[in-house]
Amino acid sequence: MLIELRDICKIYQMGDMQVRAVCGVTLDVEKGELISIMGPSGSGKSTLMNIIGLLDQPTSGEYWLEGADVAKLDENTLAEIRNRRIGFVFQSYNLLARTTALDNVELPLIYSGTKNRRRKAREALETVGLADRVDHRPNELSGGQQQRVAIARALVNDPDIILADEPTGNLDTKTGLEIIDLFQRLNKERGITILFVTHDSEIADFTRRIIHIRDGAIEHNERVENQRMARDVLTELIAAKEEDAATPSDKELVAVER
Amino acid sequence: MNLYESIRMSFRSLSANKMRSILTMLGIIIGTGAVIALVSVGQGAQAFITEQIQSIGSNLIFVFPGQFDQGGGTRSPASQQPLTLEDAQAIADPMRIPYVAAVAPTVSRSVTVTYRGESRTVPLSGTTPEFEFVRNFPVEAGVFISDSDVARSARVAVLGWQTADTFFGGPEFALGETVRVNNVPFVVVGVLQEKGGQAGFGGGSPDNQIVVPISTAQQRLFASRTATARGRRIDLIYISAVDEASIDRAIEEITWLLRQRRDIPLGASDGFTVASQKDVLGVFEQITGVLTIFLGAIAGISLLVGGIGIMNIMLVSVTERTREIGIRKAVGAKRRDILWQFLIESIVLSIIGGLIGIGFGWTLATIVNTLDAFTTLVSADSVILAVGFSMFVGLFFGIYPASRASNLNPIDALRYE
Repeated sequence: MLIELRDICKIYQMGDMQVRAVCGVTLDVEKGELISIMGPSGSGKSTLMNIIGLLDQPTSGEYWLEGADVAKLDENTLAEIRNRRIGFVFQSYNLLARTTALDNVELPLIYSGTKNRRRKAREALETVGLADRVDHRPNELSGGQQQRVAIARALVNDPDIILADEPTGNLDTKTGLEIIDLFQRLNKERGITILFVTHDSEIADFTRRIIHIRDGAIEHNERVENQRMARDVLTELIAAKEEDAATPSDKELVAVER
Repeated sequence: MNLYESIRMSFRSLSANKMRSILTMLGIIIGTGAVIALVSVGQGAQAFITEQIQSIGSNLIFVFPGQFDQGGGTRSPASQQPLTLEDAQAIADPMRIPYVAAVAPTVSRSVTVTYRGESRTVPLSGTTPEFEFVRNFPVEAGVFISDSDVARSARVAVLGWQTADTFFGGPEFALGETVRVNNVPFVVVGVLQEKGGQAGFGGGSPDNQIVVPISTAQQRLFASRTATARGRRIDLIYISAVDEASIDRAIEEITWLLRQRRDIPLGASDGFTVASQKDVLGVFEQITGVLTIFLGAIAGISLLVGGIGIMNIMLVSVTERTREIGIRKAVGAKRRDILWQFLIESIVLSIIGGLIGIGFGWTLATIVNTLDAFTTLVSADSVILAVGFSMFVGLFFGIYPASRASNLNPIDALRYE
């Protein structure tokens, strides 16, 4: 088992009020899974994601990562695990502004002290299809391209897990599908365990398991019977567009008749 | 993450904010520049005085009334008695002190010299022929005052090179002319060789001075202030020791002799000072040393202010880059990586500022030097001091912002808008 969560709670103290962002979550994730955590905003799915990503510590409960009790690890070890074994992809990309795509991707390698950093960063950018945008800064890239850079950064240290928090939230449908296709391929070809946080049930359908979260607790755990492949949907979308272009629209027909 | 990587990263983020980095550095530039420039003034003064005192003459010993206590500069009036011509004669007696080669008792005053309606205020030394040898003032034209001039209280004068040049347009034109010193006519018999722009001990430049026989000065110029109960009052005795090795013995013997002549009881303070060139140098070095420290401290304050500027900007930078810190922590930066990043940024700022400041201060010192206002001297010490201090300032004022950055919680940092 890769991830074992046992009765995880995260409680924030806001003045006199106690806010239970997440409570009583028990969850197992196996290696190579593609999971979406779904729920409305404020349901605690991001908090759960941060706990899994070792960015946040639970108030109570146990978290075992590959058999190691996370609560017993010190801050430096947590940073090392985040660096080598976990990749993050955020809704707002979170790239360093004023820094080229290549430098952004190189960042985790700097902290892990890896050699041949330039080459590895370049390879990661090639994987996400941005070989020709290496020297562009985030403000010179489209949203989809920025998210690809973020994925390349998550990927560059060969992580076991990629955690993606609403990765398509700021993207249009087609670009979103391309990003999801990228995740599906990474999951399939490299066996990387991927957790998606989303509030969009259509996107959740592209994963193999959906965990529904409401009010900080798991509502139910659902296996997806027929997982959709983003590639197929994309092909359909492109075909439909071509059809649109081939057959003139009603308006144009009217114009021709006149 | 290694040091090279950290430095490269700090350069990158500093150059991303060029204007701000330059303005921040300005504080350090001005601070370091001020330290270099002001300390150079102090050290210039020190070098200048050292050179002056060394040029006065070799194996020179001064005797003057009054005493500097250990407390520094306070005189002890109780035991103070004036020096007299008889004291000088006693010292000059080779049977008493064999270590003394020559003695020049001197009356020293500021006087007004007039020639054809033109007046100058110059330092006057009323002295004996030994003065020429003791103080190392050879004549360029004419002769120095002679023993018979002293014996006759002759109204003859020897002019400094500059004085002769001002009044007569050259040493050779001064000989035989008559000048009025405090309205008393004197015939110029000689002109001293040019010594250059050095100010002599006792005030004024040696090229500016006028030398007359001591007896003439005492009787014709300052008669009312000469007679004392113990003899004819003088201001200063210049003594030349036979060689460098006998200076200390000579000082000892002179002190003993003068105490004896004054019946100063054991344990009481001298009331006069016998000092070698080295002693005088030491006193002046002490004074200029204090001056240097004082000037340096004033400049140091501006460096401190520059450091506070760095701290201020780094704090702003931490707040502004909270999200960046969050991202870095999310992708695996440890607390110490972030700490080093910000610390190195402030150190790099202060070192670059310090280096530019050295150039700035050095230029300033050079300009001051060419303006002839002060002699300035930029020493390696002051450069090392300034760079070291500015580095320390960067480190010290960088620690707080850097530790604040490194202690940020990654979640809060990532959420920061």
